[in-house]
Amino acid sequence: MKAPTDYAHLEDQFQARIDAEEKIEPKDWMPDKYRKTLIRQISQHAHSEIVGMLPEGNWITRAPSLRRKVALLAKVQDEAGHGLYLYGAAETLGAERDDLLDELHRGEAKYSSIFNYPTLSWADIGAIGWLVDGAAIMNQVPLCRCSYGPYARAMVRVCKEESFHQRQGYEIMLTLARGTEAQKKMAQDALNRWWWPSLMMFGPNDAESKHTAQSMAWKIKRFTNDELRQRFVDITAPQAEFLGLTIPDEHLKYNEETGHYGFGPIDWDEFWQVVSGEGPCNRQRLKARRRAHEEGQWVRDAALAHAEKRRQRQAAKNDQKVA
Amino acid sequence: MSEKKNWPLWEIFIRSKNGLNHKHVGSLHAADAEMAIENARDVYTRRMEGVSIWVVESEHITASSPNQSESLFDPANDKVYRHPTFYNLPDEVKHM
Ligand SMILES: [Fe+2]
Ligand SMILES: [Fe+2]
Repeated sequence: MKAPTDYAHLEDQFQARIDAEEKIEPKDWMPDKYRKTLIRQISQHAHSEIVGMLPEGNWITRAPSLRRKVALLAKVQDEAGHGLYLYGAAETLGAERDDLLDELHRGEAKYSSIFNYPTLSWADIGAIGWLVDGAAIMNQVPLCRCSYGPYARAMVRVCKEESFHQRQGYEIMLTLARGTEAQKKMAQDALNRWWWPSLMMFGPNDAESKHTAQSMAWKIKRFTNDELRQRFVDITAPQAEFLGLTIPDEHLKYNEETGHYGFGPIDWDEFWQVVSGEGPCNRQRLKARRRAHEEGQWVRDAALAHAEKRRQRQAAKNDQKVA
Repeated sequence: MSEKKNWPLWEIFIRSKNGLNHKHVGSLHAADAEMAIENARDVYTRRMEGVSIWVVESEHITASSPNQSESLFDPANDKVYRHPTFYNLPDEVKHM
Protein backbone atom coordinates (compact mmCIF):
# COMPACT_ATOMS: atom_id res chain seq x y z
CA MET A 1 0.00 0.00 0.00
CA LYS A 2 1.25 3.47 -0.85
CA ALA A 3 1.09 6.24 1.73
CA PRO A 4 -1.72 8.73 1.01
CA THR A 5 0.68 11.56 0.15
CA ASP A 6 2.42 9.31 -2.37
CA TYR A 7 -0.90 8.54 -3.93
CA ALA A 8 -1.86 12.20 -4.14
CA HIS A 9 1.50 12.93 -5.75
CA LEU A 10 1.02 10.17 -8.32
CA GLU A 11 -2.47 11.43 -9.05
CA ASP A 12 -1.13 14.94 -9.65
CA GLN A 13 1.50 13.59 -12.02
CA PHE A 14 -1.15 11.55 -13.79
CA GLN A 15 -3.43 14.56 -14.21
CA ALA A 16 -0.50 16.61 -15.51
CA ARG A 17 0.11 13.98 -18.20
CA ILE A 18 -3.57 14.06 -19.14
CA ASP A 19 -3.55 17.86 -19.25
CA ALA A 20 -0.54 17.73 -21.57
CA GLU A 21 -2.60 15.47 -23.91
CA GLU A 22 -0.29 12.51 -23.31
CA LYS A 23 -1.88 9.11 -23.88
CA ILE A 24 -2.10 6.65 -21.02
CA GLU A 25 -1.00 3.12 -21.92
CA PRO A 26 -1.91 -0.17 -20.18
CA LYS A 27 1.16 -0.51 -17.96
CA ASP A 28 1.28 3.14 -16.88
CA TRP A 29 0.28 4.10 -13.38
CA MET A 30 -3.34 5.25 -13.21
CA PRO A 31 -5.79 6.00 -10.41
CA ASP A 32 -8.04 3.06 -9.52
CA LYS A 33 -11.07 5.12 -10.33
CA TYR A 34 -9.77 5.94 -13.80
CA ARG A 35 -9.27 2.22 -14.42
CA LYS A 36 -12.71 1.34 -13.07
CA THR A 37 -14.43 4.10 -15.01
CA LEU A 38 -12.80 2.92 -18.22
CA ILE A 39 -13.59 -0.74 -17.64
CA ARG A 40 -17.20 0.20 -17.00
CA GLN A 41 -17.48 2.44 -20.04
CA ILE A 42 -15.55 0.23 -22.47
CA SER A 43 -17.37 -2.95 -21.45
CA GLN A 44 -20.77 -1.26 -21.70
CA HIS A 45 -19.73 -0.05 -25.11
CA ALA A 46 -18.63 -3.58 -26.10
CA HIS A 47 -21.92 -5.06 -24.85
CA SER A 48 -23.82 -2.47 -26.90
CA GLU A 49 -22.04 -3.53 -30.08
CA ILE A 50 -22.79 -7.21 -29.45
CA VAL A 51 -26.40 -6.80 -28.32
CA GLY A 52 -26.83 -4.32 -31.19
CA MET A 53 -26.39 -7.20 -33.62
CA LEU A 54 -29.66 -8.77 -32.47
CA PRO A 55 -32.33 -6.33 -33.69
CA GLU A 56 -30.65 -6.13 -37.12
CA GLY A 57 -29.71 -9.80 -37.43
CA ASN A 58 -33.45 -10.34 -37.23
CA TRP A 59 -33.76 -8.90 -40.77
CA ILE A 60 -30.84 -10.50 -42.60
CA THR A 61 -32.90 -13.36 -44.01
CA ARG A 62 -35.71 -10.99 -44.96
CA ALA A 63 -33.71 -8.24 -46.66
CA PRO A 64 -35.54 -7.25 -49.86
CA SER A 65 -32.63 -7.84 -52.27
CA LEU A 66 -29.25 -9.52 -52.43
CA ARG A 67 -27.59 -6.08 -52.40
CA ARG A 68 -29.35 -5.18 -49.16
CA LYS A 69 -28.63 -8.59 -47.70
CA VAL A 70 -24.86 -8.53 -48.23
CA ALA A 71 -24.71 -4.96 -46.89
CA LEU A 72 -26.65 -5.81 -43.74
CA LEU A 73 -24.65 -8.97 -43.22
CA ALA A 74 -21.41 -6.99 -43.51
CA LYS A 75 -22.71 -4.34 -41.13
CA VAL A 76 -23.75 -6.85 -38.48
CA GLN A 77 -20.37 -8.58 -38.84
CA ASP A 78 -18.68 -5.20 -38.32
CA GLU A 79 -20.62 -4.74 -35.08
CA ALA A 80 -19.26 -8.09 -33.86
CA GLY A 81 -15.79 -6.80 -34.73
CA HIS A 82 -16.43 -3.57 -32.81
CA GLY A 83 -17.44 -5.59 -29.77
CA LEU A 84 -14.22 -7.58 -30.03
CA TYR A 85 -11.95 -4.52 -30.36
CA LEU A 86 -13.62 -3.10 -27.28
CA TYR A 87 -13.50 -6.23 -25.14
CA GLY A 88 -9.82 -6.36 -26.11
CA ALA A 89 -9.33 -2.77 -24.92
CA ALA A 90 -11.09 -3.55 -21.62
CA GLU A 91 -8.79 -6.55 -21.13
CA THR A 92 -5.72 -4.31 -21.34
CA LEU A 93 -6.98 -2.80 -18.07
CA GLY A 94 -6.98 -6.17 -16.33
CA ALA A 95 -10.64 -7.10 -16.87
CA GLU A 96 -11.37 -10.72 -17.79
CA ARG A 97 -13.49 -11.28 -20.87
CA ASP A 98 -15.45 -14.03 -19.14
CA ASP A 99 -16.33 -11.84 -16.16
CA LEU A 100 -17.56 -9.10 -18.46
CA LEU A 101 -19.75 -11.53 -20.38
CA ASP A 102 -21.06 -13.07 -17.17
CA GLU A 103 -22.10 -9.64 -15.92
CA LEU A 104 -23.94 -9.03 -19.18
CA HIS A 105 -25.68 -12.39 -19.10
CA ARG A 106 -26.69 -12.01 -15.46
CA GLY A 107 -28.37 -8.75 -16.42
CA GLU A 108 -26.01 -6.69 -14.24
CA ALA A 109 -24.14 -4.84 -16.97
CA LYS A 110 -25.64 -2.02 -18.95
CA TYR A 111 -25.70 -1.61 -22.69
CA SER A 112 -27.20 1.07 -24.89
CA SER A 113 -30.94 1.15 -24.20
CA ILE A 114 -31.71 1.70 -27.91
CA PHE A 115 -31.26 -2.01 -28.61
CA ASN A 116 -34.21 -2.88 -26.41
CA TYR A 117 -36.63 -1.60 -29.03
CA PRO A 118 -38.09 -3.98 -31.63
CA THR A 119 -37.40 -3.89 -35.40
CA LEU A 120 -40.92 -4.17 -36.78
CA SER A 121 -40.43 -3.46 -40.47
CA TRP A 122 -37.66 -3.33 -43.07
CA ALA A 123 -37.67 0.47 -42.75
CA ASP A 124 -36.40 0.04 -39.20
CA ILE A 125 -33.12 -1.23 -40.65
CA GLY A 126 -32.88 2.02 -42.61
CA ALA A 127 -33.75 4.11 -39.55
CA ILE A 128 -31.23 2.26 -37.37
CA GLY A 129 -28.37 2.78 -39.82
CA TRP A 130 -29.24 6.43 -40.31
CA LEU A 131 -30.13 7.43 -36.74
CA VAL A 132 -28.65 4.86 -34.36
CA ASP A 133 -25.34 4.50 -36.16
CA GLY A 134 -25.45 8.25 -36.76
CA ALA A 135 -25.78 8.91 -33.03
CA ALA A 136 -23.09 6.32 -32.32
CA ILE A 137 -20.70 8.10 -34.71
CA MET A 138 -21.41 11.40 -32.98
CA ASN A 139 -20.45 9.78 -29.67
CA GLN A 140 -17.48 7.84 -30.99
CA VAL A 141 -15.59 10.40 -33.06
CA PRO A 142 -14.49 12.38 -29.96
CA LEU A 143 -13.55 9.07 -28.28
CA CYS A 144 -10.81 8.66 -30.90
CA ARG A 145 -8.98 11.32 -28.84
CA CYS A 146 -9.73 9.66 -25.49
CA SER A 147 -6.80 9.74 -23.05
CA TYR A 148 -6.57 5.95 -22.82
CA GLY A 149 -4.52 4.70 -25.79
CA PRO A 150 -6.10 1.29 -26.46
CA TYR A 151 -9.65 2.71 -26.28
CA ALA A 152 -8.75 5.59 -28.58
CA ARG A 153 -7.14 3.22 -31.09
CA ALA A 154 -10.14 0.89 -31.06
CA MET A 155 -12.37 3.89 -31.72
CA VAL A 156 -10.31 4.92 -34.75
CA ARG A 157 -10.96 1.51 -36.30
CA VAL A 158 -14.63 1.62 -35.34
CA CYS A 159 -15.20 5.09 -36.75
CA LYS A 160 -13.62 4.15 -40.09
CA GLU A 161 -16.17 1.35 -40.39
CA GLU A 162 -19.24 3.20 -39.11
CA SER A 163 -19.67 5.61 -41.99
CA PHE A 164 -20.72 2.80 -44.33
CA HIS A 165 -23.31 1.75 -41.72
CA GLN A 166 -24.92 5.14 -41.68
CA ARG A 167 -24.82 5.57 -45.45
CA GLN A 168 -26.43 2.18 -46.13
CA GLY A 169 -29.17 3.08 -43.64
CA TYR A 170 -29.83 6.46 -45.21
CA GLU A 171 -29.89 4.87 -48.66
CA ILE A 172 -32.61 2.49 -47.49
CA MET A 173 -34.62 5.43 -46.13
CA LEU A 174 -34.12 7.37 -49.36
CA THR A 175 -35.30 4.46 -51.49
CA LEU A 176 -38.40 4.00 -49.34
CA ALA A 177 -39.12 7.72 -49.15
CA ARG A 178 -39.05 7.93 -52.96
CA GLY A 179 -41.07 4.74 -53.38
CA THR A 180 -44.79 4.03 -53.21
CA GLU A 181 -47.14 5.65 -50.70
CA ALA A 182 -46.98 2.49 -48.59
CA GLN A 183 -43.18 2.53 -48.59
CA LYS A 184 -43.07 6.19 -47.64
CA LYS A 185 -45.49 5.49 -44.81
CA MET A 186 -43.27 2.67 -43.61
CA ALA A 187 -40.25 5.00 -43.57
CA GLN A 188 -42.17 7.67 -41.65
CA ASP A 189 -43.39 5.11 -39.14
CA ALA A 190 -39.81 3.92 -38.54
CA LEU A 191 -38.62 7.52 -38.03
CA ASN A 192 -41.50 8.09 -35.59
CA ARG A 193 -40.46 5.13 -33.47
CA TRP A 194 -36.66 5.56 -33.59
CA TRP A 195 -36.31 9.32 -33.26
CA TRP A 196 -36.74 9.76 -29.51
CA PRO A 197 -34.84 6.64 -28.47
CA SER A 198 -31.97 7.89 -30.68
CA LEU A 199 -31.88 11.20 -28.81
CA MET A 200 -31.80 9.23 -25.55
CA MET A 201 -28.64 7.44 -26.74
CA PHE A 202 -26.61 10.47 -25.66
CA GLY A 203 -27.56 9.78 -22.06
CA PRO A 204 -29.16 11.94 -19.36
CA ASN A 205 -29.07 15.75 -19.45
CA ASP A 206 -25.79 17.23 -18.24
CA ALA A 207 -27.31 18.28 -14.93
CA GLU A 208 -28.28 14.64 -14.22
CA SER A 209 -25.14 13.00 -15.54
CA LYS A 210 -23.09 12.00 -12.52
CA HIS A 211 -19.92 10.87 -14.31
CA THR A 212 -19.51 13.68 -16.83
CA ALA A 213 -17.34 16.15 -14.87
CA GLN A 214 -14.72 13.59 -13.85
CA SER A 215 -14.70 11.93 -17.27
CA MET A 216 -14.13 15.30 -18.92
CA ALA A 217 -11.27 16.10 -16.53
CA TRP A 218 -9.68 12.76 -17.41
CA LYS A 219 -10.30 13.43 -21.10
CA ILE A 220 -12.19 10.21 -21.49
CA LYS A 221 -15.07 12.38 -22.61
CA ARG A 222 -14.53 15.49 -24.72
CA PHE A 223 -18.09 16.82 -24.99
CA THR A 224 -21.09 16.62 -22.70
CA ASN A 225 -24.21 14.57 -23.47
CA ASP A 226 -26.24 17.66 -24.27
CA GLU A 227 -23.58 19.11 -26.58
CA LEU A 228 -23.45 15.90 -28.61
CA ARG A 229 -27.24 15.56 -28.66
CA GLN A 230 -27.59 19.12 -29.99
CA ARG A 231 -25.02 18.46 -32.68
CA PHE A 232 -26.89 15.31 -33.70
CA VAL A 233 -30.20 17.15 -34.00
CA ASP A 234 -28.58 19.96 -36.00
CA ILE A 235 -27.11 17.50 -38.49
CA THR A 236 -30.07 15.13 -38.70
CA ALA A 237 -32.98 17.55 -39.05
CA PRO A 238 -31.97 18.68 -42.59
CA GLN A 239 -31.38 15.02 -43.54
CA ALA A 240 -34.98 14.21 -42.56
CA GLU A 241 -36.17 17.18 -44.55
CA PHE A 242 -34.26 15.92 -47.60
CA LEU A 243 -36.09 12.61 -47.26
CA GLY A 244 -39.40 14.46 -47.13
CA LEU A 245 -40.13 12.87 -43.74
CA THR A 246 -41.28 14.60 -40.58
CA ILE A 247 -39.42 14.34 -37.30
CA PRO A 248 -42.03 13.53 -34.64
CA ASP A 249 -41.45 16.63 -32.51
CA GLU A 250 -43.77 19.61 -32.74
CA HIS A 251 -41.19 21.77 -30.97
CA LEU A 252 -38.42 21.08 -33.47
CA LYS A 253 -37.55 24.41 -35.03
CA TYR A 254 -34.45 26.11 -36.38
CA ASN A 255 -33.42 29.10 -34.29
CA GLU A 256 -31.81 31.78 -36.48
CA GLU A 257 -30.21 33.46 -33.48
CA THR A 258 -28.45 30.46 -31.98
CA GLY A 259 -27.88 28.66 -35.27
CA HIS A 260 -29.26 25.49 -33.66
CA TYR A 261 -32.47 23.51 -33.78
CA GLY A 262 -34.60 23.74 -30.66
CA PHE A 263 -36.36 20.52 -29.74
CA GLY A 264 -39.02 19.28 -27.33
CA PRO A 265 -38.54 17.61 -23.95
CA ILE A 266 -37.30 14.02 -23.82
CA ASP A 267 -39.38 11.45 -21.96
CA TRP A 268 -36.78 10.51 -19.34
CA ASP A 269 -39.23 8.22 -17.53
CA GLU A 270 -39.23 6.01 -20.60
CA PHE A 271 -35.42 6.15 -20.73
CA TRP A 272 -34.96 5.07 -17.11
CA GLN A 273 -37.61 2.40 -17.50
CA VAL A 274 -35.74 0.85 -20.44
CA VAL A 275 -32.37 1.20 -18.68
CA SER A 276 -33.72 -0.57 -15.63
CA GLY A 277 -34.76 -3.58 -17.73
CA GLU A 278 -38.38 -2.79 -18.51
CA GLY A 279 -38.07 -1.84 -22.19
CA PRO A 280 -40.03 -3.69 -24.87
CA CYS A 281 -37.25 -6.19 -25.66
CA ASN A 282 -34.84 -6.30 -22.68
CA ARG A 283 -35.72 -9.86 -21.70
CA GLN A 284 -35.73 -11.11 -25.28
CA ARG A 285 -32.28 -9.60 -25.96
CA LEU A 286 -30.68 -11.09 -22.86
CA LYS A 287 -32.29 -14.44 -23.52
CA ALA A 288 -30.90 -14.48 -27.06
CA ARG A 289 -27.43 -13.49 -25.77
CA ARG A 290 -27.44 -16.18 -23.11
CA ARG A 291 -28.65 -18.81 -25.51
CA ALA A 292 -25.94 -17.96 -28.04
CA HIS A 293 -23.31 -18.13 -25.31
CA GLU A 294 -24.52 -21.39 -23.80
CA GLU A 295 -25.02 -23.10 -27.13
CA GLY A 296 -21.49 -22.07 -28.14
CA GLN A 297 -19.92 -23.63 -25.06
CA TRP A 298 -19.35 -27.05 -26.68
CA VAL A 299 -17.61 -25.37 -29.61
CA ARG A 300 -15.25 -23.51 -27.29
CA ASP A 301 -14.57 -26.69 -25.32
CA ALA A 302 -14.02 -28.77 -28.46
CA ALA A 303 -11.60 -26.21 -29.93
CA LEU A 304 -9.57 -26.25 -26.71
CA ALA A 305 -9.55 -30.05 -26.58
CA HIS A 306 -8.46 -30.18 -30.23
CA ALA A 307 -5.67 -27.66 -29.63
CA GLU A 308 -4.51 -29.64 -26.61
CA LYS A 309 -4.47 -32.92 -28.53
CA ARG A 310 -2.41 -31.38 -31.31
CA ARG A 311 0.00 -29.92 -28.77
CA GLN A 312 0.51 -33.35 -27.21
CA ARG A 313 1.00 -35.01 -30.59
CA GLN A 314 3.59 -32.41 -31.54
CA ALA A 315 5.36 -32.87 -28.20
CA ALA A 316 5.48 -36.66 -28.70
CA LYS A 317 6.93 -36.15 -32.20
CA ASN A 318 9.62 -33.84 -30.82
CA ASP A 319 10.48 -36.37 -28.11
CA GLN A 320 10.94 -39.07 -30.76
CA LYS A 321 13.31 -36.84 -32.71
CA VAL A 322 15.42 -36.24 -29.63
CA ALA A 323 15.49 -39.92 -28.72
CA MET B 1 -8.75 -31.61 -21.51
CA SER B 2 -6.33 -29.00 -20.23
CA GLU B 3 -6.78 -27.15 -16.96
CA LYS B 4 -7.39 -23.86 -18.74
CA LYS B 5 -11.06 -23.38 -19.39
CA ASN B 6 -10.81 -20.36 -21.66
CA TRP B 7 -9.13 -19.65 -24.95
CA PRO B 8 -5.86 -17.82 -24.35
CA LEU B 9 -5.23 -14.23 -25.45
CA TRP B 10 -3.13 -13.54 -28.57
CA GLU B 11 -1.52 -10.33 -29.76
CA ILE B 12 -2.03 -9.62 -33.44
CA PHE B 13 0.48 -7.97 -35.79
CA ILE B 14 -0.42 -7.09 -39.36
CA ARG B 15 1.67 -6.09 -42.35
CA SER B 16 -0.61 -3.73 -44.24
CA LYS B 17 1.36 -4.11 -47.48
CA ASN B 18 4.66 -5.51 -48.62
CA GLY B 19 7.49 -3.15 -47.81
CA LEU B 20 6.05 -2.15 -44.44
CA ASN B 21 6.66 -3.61 -40.99
CA HIS B 22 4.16 -5.75 -39.16
CA LYS B 23 2.36 -3.50 -36.70
CA HIS B 24 0.48 -4.37 -33.53
CA VAL B 25 -3.27 -3.93 -34.11
CA GLY B 26 -4.86 -5.45 -31.01
CA SER B 27 -5.61 -8.78 -29.41
CA LEU B 28 -8.12 -11.62 -29.52
CA HIS B 29 -8.86 -15.00 -28.00
CA ALA B 30 -8.27 -18.28 -29.83
CA ALA B 31 -7.69 -21.92 -28.93
CA ASP B 32 -4.45 -22.17 -30.92
CA ALA B 33 -2.21 -20.26 -33.32
CA GLU B 34 -4.02 -21.41 -36.43
CA MET B 35 -7.35 -20.25 -35.07
CA ALA B 36 -5.77 -16.99 -33.93
CA ILE B 37 -4.74 -16.31 -37.53
CA GLU B 38 -8.19 -17.16 -38.85
CA ASN B 39 -9.87 -14.96 -36.24
CA ALA B 40 -7.40 -12.15 -36.88
CA ARG B 41 -8.30 -12.34 -40.56
CA ASP B 42 -11.99 -11.84 -39.69
CA VAL B 43 -11.51 -9.27 -36.96
CA TYR B 44 -8.70 -7.10 -38.30
CA THR B 45 -8.62 -7.47 -42.10
CA ARG B 46 -12.24 -7.30 -43.27
CA ARG B 47 -11.33 -4.47 -45.63
CA MET B 48 -8.00 -5.57 -47.08
CA GLU B 49 -6.02 -4.03 -44.22
CA GLY B 50 -3.33 -6.69 -44.45
CA VAL B 51 -1.21 -9.02 -46.55
CA SER B 52 0.43 -10.91 -43.67
CA ILE B 53 -0.49 -11.73 -40.07
CA TRP B 54 1.67 -12.61 -37.07
CA VAL B 55 0.11 -13.96 -33.89
CA VAL B 56 1.88 -14.31 -30.53
CA GLU B 57 0.36 -15.62 -27.36
CA SER B 58 0.19 -12.59 -25.06
CA GLU B 59 1.86 -14.39 -22.16
CA HIS B 60 4.98 -14.87 -24.28
CA ILE B 61 5.53 -11.14 -24.67
CA THR B 62 7.98 -9.52 -22.29
CA ALA B 63 7.52 -5.79 -22.05
CA SER B 64 9.72 -3.10 -20.56
CA SER B 65 8.19 -1.44 -17.56
CA PRO B 66 7.14 2.23 -17.63
CA ASN B 67 8.74 2.60 -14.16
CA GLN B 68 12.12 1.81 -15.64
CA SER B 69 11.72 3.95 -18.71
CA GLU B 70 14.07 6.58 -17.29
CA SER B 71 16.96 4.24 -16.65
CA LEU B 72 16.23 2.46 -19.90
CA PHE B 73 16.01 5.41 -22.26
CA ASP B 74 17.95 8.17 -20.51
CA PRO B 75 21.39 6.94 -21.63
CA ALA B 76 20.44 7.96 -25.20
CA ASN B 77 19.24 11.36 -24.08
CA ASP B 78 22.57 13.20 -23.85
CA LYS B 79 24.27 11.62 -26.85
CA VAL B 80 23.73 14.40 -29.32
CA TYR B 81 26.86 13.30 -31.16
CA ARG B 82 24.80 10.42 -32.55
CA HIS B 83 22.95 12.90 -34.74
CA PRO B 84 24.30 14.40 -37.99
CA THR B 85 23.49 17.96 -36.87
CA PHE B 86 26.16 17.67 -34.15
CA TYR B 87 28.92 18.05 -36.76
CA ASN B 88 29.79 21.47 -38.16
CA LEU B 89 30.80 21.57 -41.77
CA PRO B 90 31.23 24.64 -43.96
CA ASP B 91 28.34 25.36 -46.36
CA GLU B 92 30.67 24.93 -49.35
CA VAL B 93 30.77 21.20 -48.77
CA LYS B 94 27.92 19.73 -50.79
CA HIS B 95 26.03 16.47 -50.71
CA MET B 96 26.71 15.63 -47.10
FE1 LIG C 1 -20.53 -0.36 -34.10
FE1 LIG D 1 -22.45 0.53 -36.66
